Amino acid sequence: MIFLTRRATFSASHYYWNDSWPAEKNERVFGRCANRNGHGHNYTLEVTVAGEPNPVTGFVVDLKWLKDAMEREVLAAYDHKHLNLDAPEFKQAIPTTENIAVAAWKRLEPAVNAAGGARLSRIRVYETPEIFAEYRGEA
Amino acid sequence: MKAYFGRRYMLSASHRLHTQALTADENRAAYGKCNNEHGHGHNYFVEILVGGAVDAETGMVVDLVELDGTVRKKVLDRFDHANLNLDPLFADRVPTTENFCTAIYDLLRHALPAGNLEHVRVEETENNFFECSARG
Repeated sequence: MIFLTRRATFSASHYYWNDSWPAEKNERVFGRCANRNGHGHNYTLEVTVAGEPNPVTGFVVDLKWLKDAMEREVLAAYDHKHLNLDAPEFKQAIPTTENIAVAAWKRLEPAVNAAGGARLSRIRVYETPEIFAEYRGEA
Repeated sequence: MKAYFGRRYMLSASHRLHTQALTADENRAAYGKCNNEHGHGHNYFVEILVGGAVDAETGMVVDLVELDGTVRKKVLDRFDHANLNLDPLFADRVPTTENFCTAIYDLLRHALPAGNLEHVRVEETENNFFECSARG
């Protein structure tokens, strides 16, 4: 089994706010992230797929195909966007790094499965070089 | 929904790799430059990975501010700008990065504000790093 990882970057704004809480609780729990005017990050998306190399091409997946899939399924929706306002999955869910990793998985998994040959293994999203979240498809 | 939250910290510390179990020549042979009598230091990067359910109300596995507070109290305040050899944890253990990684894992495993400690990774330089995980 080979694990292949491709990185891409995107820049987006967001804020943390739970509509079912009063403002005071949002500000206490989320601190500076609760500023309703938003703030932004340069995110790094790492997508890891797992599979056996194709006996003819030697590829687990074609890296160009994976790059295009990441751009089409994830970056087109998130890059230079306001995650709370522009991405439908964050109308309800708060765009924390954890939820972005889960959402990117949901966006990419159908394309990886349809291509065949490999399965999605891990999505890691860096919000800053020191903060990241991972999702491995677990329930 | 289970996910993982990772956080990286830096700390600067000195150490000397030397054991009373070996002779001076054997220590030099085993540890090379790292056996220098007066020690040396590194900027260590410590990466903590916390696994757990994403809280439905906050969207978080663990609160970053609370995690930072725990790591500061248990790890950074103890080891940053310190000599690892003088810490009681290394009284009878050589402060290799393997042992340092294990020591940090043990200090944090039952102290996290939420979730489970999935792994501790310690980077001694940009070219070498060590990981300690629940899987052993």
